[in-house]
Amino acid sequence: MSETPQNLRDATLTKAIMAEIRRITTQPWNIMEICGGQTHAIMQYGLDQLLPSEITLIHGPGCPVCVTSLQSIEQALQIAARPDVIFTTFGDMLRVPGNHADLFTARSQGADVRVVYSPLDSLKIATANPDKQVVFFAIGFETTAPTIASTILSARKAGINNFSILPANVLVPPAMHAILSNPANRVQGFLAAGHVCAVMGYHEYPPIAGQYQIPIVVTGFEPVDLATGILMTIQQLEAGQHTVSNAYPRFVTLEGNLVAQKMISDVFEPVDRQWRGIGTIPLSGLDLRPEYARFNALTRFELADTPLSESPLCIAGKVLSGVAKPFECPAFGKECVPAHPLGAPMVSSEGACAAYYRYHRTRE
Amino acid sequence: MNQPDMPIVEGPNCPLPITDHGTIVIGHGSGGQMTHDLIRGVFQSRLGNAILDTANDAASITDTPPGEQLVVSTDAHIVSPLFFAGGDIGRLAVCGTVNDVAMLGAEPRFLTATFILEEGFSIHELELIVDSFAQACQEAGVKLIAADTKVTEKGKSDKLFISTTGFGWAKSSLRIGGEQAKPGDSVIISGSVGNHGISVAEARGNLGFSSQVRSDTAPLNGLVKALLAADLNVHVLRDPTRGGLATTLVEIARQSKVNIELDEQSIPVDKPVRKTCELLGLDPLYLANEGKLILILPENQAEEALRIMRGSPYGEHSQVIGRVSDPSRGQVWLKTPFGTTRVLEMLAGEMLPRIC
Repeated sequence: MSETPQNLRDATLTKAIMAEIRRITTQPWNIMEICGGQTHAIMQYGLDQLLPSEITLIHGPGCPVCVTSLQSIEQALQIAARPDVIFTTFGDMLRVPGNHADLFTARSQGADVRVVYSPLDSLKIATANPDKQVVFFAIGFETTAPTIASTILSARKAGINNFSILPANVLVPPAMHAILSNPANRVQGFLAAGHVCAVMGYHEYPPIAGQYQIPIVVTGFEPVDLATGILMTIQQLEAGQHTVSNAYPRFVTLEGNLVAQKMISDVFEPVDRQWRGIGTIPLSGLDLRPEYARFNALTRFELADTPLSESPLCIAGKVLSGVAKPFECPAFGKECVPAHPLGAPMVSSEGACAAYYRYHRTRE
Repeated sequence: MNQPDMPIVEGPNCPLPITDHGTIVIGHGSGGQMTHDLIRGVFQSRLGNAILDTANDAASITDTPPGEQLVVSTDAHIVSPLFFAGGDIGRLAVCGTVNDVAMLGAEPRFLTATFILEEGFSIHELELIVDSFAQACQEAGVKLIAADTKVTEKGKSDKLFISTTGFGWAKSSLRIGGEQAKPGDSVIISGSVGNHGISVAEARGNLGFSSQVRSDTAPLNGLVKALLAADLNVHVLRDPTRGGLATTLVEIARQSKVNIELDEQSIPVDKPVRKTCELLGLDPLYLANEGKLILILPENQAEEALRIMRGSPYGEHSQVIGRVSDPSRGQVWLKTPFGTTRVLEMLAGEMLPRIC
């Protein structure tokens, strides 16, 4: 276990950076933190309360369970319900609602749904249960993709044939394009997600910064990291600049982790993918390359087409693309609460609605 | 079969029934000889006392303290796995119920218990658990006065469930309860939070690494007795079990219709618990405890309460963690080290680890 250096949570240092932000801010700015982990940290530490009122933080689509499409969840529910299947998933995914049910419901009805912390655990389960099909729900961003790719490579090497994945991984840069090209866009600067950049580097971002004239700052997850990322973004905005800079150099380099990137590109290829609440974003998903197609649960099992129906109350799409704040949703805190979520952003601790519900309701 | 030492005896002789099983079989639930043997061999030998040994279908309690009120609590204990670092289902079944009785200011004296056994469960493990149950009874100073065993077919239960009911007596004048928190009161926790939750998660194989965290499962009646003996004006006692410190404080805030303000920095969390939580995206304030209590009492008595608690077993690391602020609909606020505040909610459902 790596330990977080305590000075990255230093309140005095964080407040000093916040004071500098206040000093240089002359006008209103809207900044989007892309990653749900950053949203969670901002809310947990109450960092938004320390910012000058001119600065608005907009929460981005970087919550992996939130953007996993309804179709993928319905497919997961169908696969999990099969008596010959052990369905494995990251824990967060269990409570995300499909049309009418979630994976918890499936489990209560007899499906064998197991929470794993790493996709590699699914291989152990597959080896221990040779008479079952083990299917892993492959969700997440560029951060989970390398271990999923390495799991596929291990399965092939070990000749484990009762393992497959339901591919649902998504990619960050195409989502940034989608947000910035939306006519309703309000985002003027981006905090890029530190873990994603640790894998992918940040060479993908200069074209985006140039095309949309927007500063992008690679940012970490601790209070000092976040305050520094916001400061560097405001410095650029106030100076009229729009470049890519790195406020997370202790983990992120320009080129990123080349081994991990090769593993992703060996196993996966980019495809168009549905983002829940947002719609299809071109080349924003990862699917298995043809030579690994036998590890694709969608080719292994025959699935029925189910009609998809979202809650008419939920405005998750607007929240995820930064057009609306969670409390602008009429269902927020009323019909939709963490114990009974209508939309995925209320489920995960990284979801913007859940973070707002837990950390940001006004004092009565 | 390669067993040269075993003489093969076939022919007109009558096979003796097997009596010495290593596991629970359906016959142990028959109510007949096997049930009796199991009760005598496993339970009575470890838990026997004058009341239990009368072996009637019910126990009578003859020494009811005059002028005191009877306090009763009941709890079913289901934990998987049965053994975890720092405890097991036997210790848990005693401490959980003893603590619930103690939280109303009562002195727990007697327990009853039902052991639901699954066919196939190891008798050796059962003995270890009953040993631990007996040891916890002794530590808490309670007697088991009535008990029952049932056996289910394999697959109809999971190894062992234990349900316990606790009986204790409290001074009739005491008014301790979740609805008694008053503005100006101090909020005290008896030690670090989250240890039990992490220990059980690790025993389930859910961590994938060794956290070195031990469950805090412990009887708290000694701690409560010491507090009450000092004649403190105790308003609330509550053990923050499932749902953790945050959920329990929200319950109290709502019951008492007050706001509670906590100081995040003063809430004790052991380092390995904090590290494990950070790694998995869990919040220690929502993890279960089985040997901690929350005490709420007037601020001017907090110092004295801390002194007593820190001198008692299981209270060494007691801390003031906040105060009851003002009357309201019942919210719990956490002051962060950054001078910012956030509201604490009840745990929504099962706590789930995050993804990245």
